[in-house]
Amino acid sequence: MIRALFATVLFLAAPAWAEIEIKEVTSPGGITAWLVEDHNIPFAALEIQFKGGTSLEAPDKRGVVNLMTATLEEGAGALDSKGFAEARDALAANFSFDSGTDSVGVSAKFLTENRDQAIGLLREALVNPRFDQDAVDRVREQVLSNLRSNEKDPGTIASEKFDALAFGDHPYGSSGDGTIQTVTALTRDDVVAAHKAALARDRVFVAASGDITPEELGVLLDRLLGDLPATGAPLPGAAPWLLPPGVTVVDFPTPQSTVFFGQKGIPRDDPDFFPAFILNEVVGGGRFTARLMTEVREKRGLTYGIGTYIVNMDQADMILGQFSASNDKVAEAIEVVRSEWGRIVSEGVAADELEATKTYLTGSFPLRFDGNGPIASILVGMQMDGMPLDYITTRNAKIEAVTMDDIRRVAARLFRPEALQFVVVGQPEGM
Amino acid sequence: MFGRYGAGVAAIVVLALPAVAEEPVTTFNLDNGLQVVVIEDHRAPVVVQMVWYRVGAADEPPGSSGIAHFLEHLMFKGTEKVAPNAFSGIVEAQGGDDNAFTSWDYTAYFQRISADRLELVMEMEADRMRNLRLTEEDVTTERQVILEERAQRTDSNPDALLSEQMRAAQFQNSPYGIPVIGWRHEIEELSREDALSYYERFYAPNNATLIIAGDVDPDDVKALAEKYYGALAPSDGIVPRMRPQEPPQLSERRLALADERVSEPYVMRTYLAQERDPGDQKRAAALTVLADLLGGNGQTSVLARALQFDRQVAVYASAFYDGSSIDDGTFGIAVVPAPGVSLETIESDLDAVLETFLAEGPDPAALERIRTQVRAGEIYARDSVENLAQRYGQGLSIGLTVADIEGWDEALSAVTEADVMEAARLVLDRRNAVTGWLTRPAVEEGAKE
Repeated sequence: MIRALFATVLFLAAPAWAEIEIKEVTSPGGITAWLVEDHNIPFAALEIQFKGGTSLEAPDKRGVVNLMTATLEEGAGALDSKGFAEARDALAANFSFDSGTDSVGVSAKFLTENRDQAIGLLREALVNPRFDQDAVDRVREQVLSNLRSNEKDPGTIASEKFDALAFGDHPYGSSGDGTIQTVTALTRDDVVAAHKAALARDRVFVAASGDITPEELGVLLDRLLGDLPATGAPLPGAAPWLLPPGVTVVDFPTPQSTVFFGQKGIPRDDPDFFPAFILNEVVGGGRFTARLMTEVREKRGLTYGIGTYIVNMDQADMILGQFSASNDKVAEAIEVVRSEWGRIVSEGVAADELEATKTYLTGSFPLRFDGNGPIASILVGMQMDGMPLDYITTRNAKIEAVTMDDIRRVAARLFRPEALQFVVVGQPEGM
Repeated sequence: MFGRYGAGVAAIVVLALPAVAEEPVTTFNLDNGLQVVVIEDHRAPVVVQMVWYRVGAADEPPGSSGIAHFLEHLMFKGTEKVAPNAFSGIVEAQGGDDNAFTSWDYTAYFQRISADRLELVMEMEADRMRNLRLTEEDVTTERQVILEERAQRTDSNPDALLSEQMRAAQFQNSPYGIPVIGWRHEIEELSREDALSYYERFYAPNNATLIIAGDVDPDDVKALAEKYYGALAPSDGIVPRMRPQEPPQLSERRLALADERVSEPYVMRTYLAQERDPGDQKRAAALTVLADLLGGNGQTSVLARALQFDRQVAVYASAFYDGSSIDDGTFGIAVVPAPGVSLETIESDLDAVLETFLAEGPDPAALERIRTQVRAGEIYARDSVENLAQRYGQGLSIGLTVADIEGWDEALSAVTEADVMEAARLVLDRRNAVTGWLTRPAVEEGAKE
């Protein structure tokens, strides 16, 4: 679930600025994509997201979408694993494939001079992957190795415990990487079925940035995606919200405890979203001057870093935070977090603090568009979140329109000190 | 690389590349010795300011490990003009981000901000080059923060602990054997006086490089640099960095770190390796290509083919080298064995693969693919002005010239099979090497064949 978290955060903290001109391109075959043309450097970046992701899986097939995604680059069409990698590197193209809780993502960068060949190769991986038995088995061993490492990783232990408490048996409640038991039992047929279920045209979102024209992109889209199945597996149903308040300690032998904390959040399309977004920035934003950084780190030296995030998944909305603190200090740090969670409700935000936060959020806007890859990634995220084409030009005005009244009202609505759950992995003292 | 918070700036990738002929780069020096580099990129109205001090953890006084990094944190505490802890807040209120990072050879500070706010951040960065104010309370609290940083990034991480132990064993005389974050018992003793004496000696215009990259005009930058940095007094404590050098290493070193938090045991080996030198990057370029051939690709590299494909004795194998240092660095290899394969077995398999490689040499097609990627890397690199700034700042801070930095991709492209093999024969010598095993505590270790 951590992947989904960062994907969403990237988008929210991100985008938009008036000088970016986004074109909507529809291919002759009817596939749409968003494009920012920039012919300064002779390459382009392409981002593709298929909605669904690891949440499409049946409980006994946990991990199959992840295994499938990781095996896409291990041979396609006439090329085996080695042949595919050699062909890709000879073109100096970059492809990466990633499975998330709500989507499967494909990122590509390719030179203008050999674009057709690079896209031909990527098309084979997406439409015609081989999933050779030896490749599936080899990648499975790497996945199992990661799963064993995760069992000893305090951050993973904490986030998985938090997810299990919040979502129970829903796919959100367990790791999309699967378990050692489920991944061991997956067959090649399972992987082939997962490919058909997850990569389909009815759930695809595409964005491109760089040295490519709308016409060229249209042709590319049909060639790349036109032969995928029209429909895939049904998307998962609503997630329950089961998170109990309190503190959950998971014993782990380490001098410093890792803490995940959070509560229910606010939907992306809620009218109060922007006040909530600003409030989160005031309390736990990535800035050194955010309240939690000031209180927990700068004033008390209890941690190296602390932050909170508004997380919007397809079926759930949360506010999550995390930090690490030595076992003898973690209890105090948790008390400071609780106290700040209460203070934002009781005291709200000072007028100058609100202004400074707005200036930061609006002014740091253009900094996020630093290259073709980031731009394509932001554009695909906007589409998945249902944002309009002109979102980038209107986003700052929505932040500036938030008033002190909005802040007071939404702080009281959103922040619930009594609802916070803290998962602590370590050997905390006095808890 | 340790930083004030977060991951720091872009990590250096093994095959990480080159410069940049297409980007207009202007360089000049101020009378007080400040070196200035302007990199123009007018695609977006954004600018990056970086100040790189040519001093790092390898320049610390003995017994004060961690002071370079500690000072980096304290640099955000304030000056006569900037109130305590207000530095980052002022930048953020203008819509900018700022941070800093420390390595063995340099310490760097940077801001990313709208291009029309450049003057503000130049004024602030110049101000704290000579006018830092520190209170005892600042020092006491921030020391707790860096102890938490060490706990989070090193003490809680068996991989980091193994690397730290291996470096300590690798470098018999060079200060590169001391961790950047510092040894815990020495961090606990670092004082305000330690920080200030290091600051007053090393933080000065004649020991720094200023990089301004983005939507700027070099003439405007020059005027602003003169206005804010030009008046700063140079330090008379700057001397060439002649550090203790490694003696001939005559004996292989081996160590094992057992930790109950380990799930996947592995073998790592580092060999002492030559770095990039001013005017002479040929050997470093060959080592860079060698690392890529041996372990740069999960499907085609020599180690992956032999240990993961031809036989399934490993789940992961890689090789890594970064020649960007002042003194000799390391060339590394790591292999995670498949379940049921012991560390002893995988290490002897690894050595057999290296022996075969030394006898047979690389696949010429693989070398050709690397050249193609180097050339493409130049194109892709132009997409990130921040990474270009990083490349110049780092290169100049380790004593390279602008010509060296701009010639690096050419040096990589010129590497021949003979160059690779000569470099391989020199570096892959176990008398120069440290081999580390990361294991679980005794009960589970061994007896796994």
